[in-house]
Amino acid sequence: MSTLSVSTPTSQTHAKVEEKRGLSTAAKRRLPLLPALIFVIAVTQLPFLLTVFYSFQSWNLVRPGSRHFVGLDNYIDVFSDTTFLVALLNTVLLTVVCVFVALLLGLGLAILLDRKFLGRGVVRTLLITPFLILPAAGALLWKTTMFDPTYGLLHFVFGTDTDWLSEFPLASVMAQIVWQWTPFMMLLILAGLQSQAKDVLEAANVDGAGRWRTFVSITLPHLSRFLQLATLLGAIYIVNSFDAIFLMTQGGPGTASTNLPYYIYQRAFEGFDVGQSSAMGVIVVILTMIVATFALRLMFRTFSVSGGIK
Amino acid sequence: MTTVAPRKREYGKGSLTVATWIIAILFVFPLLWMILTAFKQEADAYTDPPKLFFTPTFEQLGNVLSGGFLPYLSNSAFVTILSTALVLLFGVPAAYALSLAPVKGTSNALGFFLSTKMLPIVAAIIPLYVISQNTELLDTVWALVILYTSMNLPLAIWMMRSFFLEVPHEMIEAGRIDGANLPTLLRKIIMPVVAPGIAATALICVIFSWTEFFYAVNLTAARAGTVPVFLVGFITSEGLYWAQLSAAALLASLPVMIVGWIAQNHLVRGLSMGAVK
Repeated sequence: MSTLSVSTPTSQTHAKVEEKRGLSTAAKRRLPLLPALIFVIAVTQLPFLLTVFYSFQSWNLVRPGSRHFVGLDNYIDVFSDTTFLVALLNTVLLTVVCVFVALLLGLGLAILLDRKFLGRGVVRTLLITPFLILPAAGALLWKTTMFDPTYGLLHFVFGTDTDWLSEFPLASVMAQIVWQWTPFMMLLILAGLQSQAKDVLEAANVDGAGRWRTFVSITLPHLSRFLQLATLLGAIYIVNSFDAIFLMTQGGPGTASTNLPYYIYQRAFEGFDVGQSSAMGVIVVILTMIVATFALRLMFRTFSVSGGIK
Repeated sequence: MTTVAPRKREYGKGSLTVATWIIAILFVFPLLWMILTAFKQEADAYTDPPKLFFTPTFEQLGNVLSGGFLPYLSNSAFVTILSTALVLLFGVPAAYALSLAPVKGTSNALGFFLSTKMLPIVAAIIPLYVISQNTELLDTVWALVILYTSMNLPLAIWMMRSFFLEVPHEMIEAGRIDGANLPTLLRKIIMPVVAPGIAATALICVIFSWTEFFYAVNLTAARAGTVPVFLVGFITSEGLYWAQLSAAALLASLPVMIVGWIAQNHLVRGLSMGAVK
């Protein structure tokens, strides 16, 4: 800018300089974004393209030289594979139940924490800790100290010799996932509760609205944005659940607790069937994209309210 | 009236506080139990009924530390620190470009970053395995560094962007009018405001890298295993070494627990990618 005013060029060169400057500014502005963009595209998108490519091939790693194109055969196989359908159903069930229960528990805990009391900071720190321990550690911990039929705490509390992991495999996995994700839901909802304008609540109190009425008519609508966000983010992570299933039940007994991430892992790393597991991967991506399109729309509404997209 | 009502309310509040404490302790009981078990002898770890009182010992923690845990710990530390540094290296400029100096297609770029978080990672694991095998990155910490960077970068960009957006526009304008160039603006005005946010972002990246399981289990084996992979070793023992398992789980989780406690006020905002203030 200073150089321009000093050199005072003719109108023609001035325009040229301006144009050049405009271009270089746009490029300059884009420059800081490029490394991140290129990196993320290279590491996340290229493998997906390869997955698509592999999904049209018959390729088993334990049979060298068996690799050849088979068109849509893998996809036909996947859809006639009952285990895949079971895994799909389990994934949906696991995600919906865990998100819902964790959300409810998180709401309850957040309401309990949304007031001043002795040791509030300590209680909050305690409650978020299940979210902070390694999921792998949490899974093994529940498998042994909670669910063990002879020495587990549940055996001690209920006095039965129930082998929880083989009798209620999916529910057991869900319990662990809910335990781990409730703190996250609680934190988000607590943030929502604390961002509530206190004068509105006082006005409701003055108007004679009871606690329940105030909660349903004022607090819940205010929280809806936070609840949506918690649902969405919880779902993104829980849909990909792998640790708990791998470490607690190995998808079993049979396929009772197999979800899609675990089944694809099994086909790929135990069956070494690259083609078929790739086809499953592609199907999962397509299904996720359908759900995510709706989710993203919702999310952008959520995000544009706070901070905003400029 | 004035004497009874507040007392009653206080009493009610007191019992609610006690209830909150009881619920919280019940909720984290599995965790407290793990910590207790980590200080038990094996024989005290599985008894029927479970033992609440015992002579604490550091034997299990010592066994874990001397039993091959340290290489996993150092792998985890290396991968976590390097990938977090890379996230900041790529992420800070990107967040700046998407907030204070918005470029054309900003919301497209943001949407793209977000969409990568929605794609299931299982769908990429086979090519990633094949690629790392062909590039001889399989079972090296480098494969994990690259993958964890790409895993955390989108989240970090969203989060840091929300901190950048909080820099008062008037301050930047005033600085510009005073003739400050970009480096000066960054150093004197922008950085002091966003530095705590960048630190919080880094802590969250540390948590996610430290706890990541899927990539680590599938892409590492003997040499580059991280702390979660170490825990998998206990699965074969069928719960026979509960005290040692608890000690390992505690040691493995401790770094993240400490980081999380430090960052707890920023945790929500980070995990919600900046949507919640």
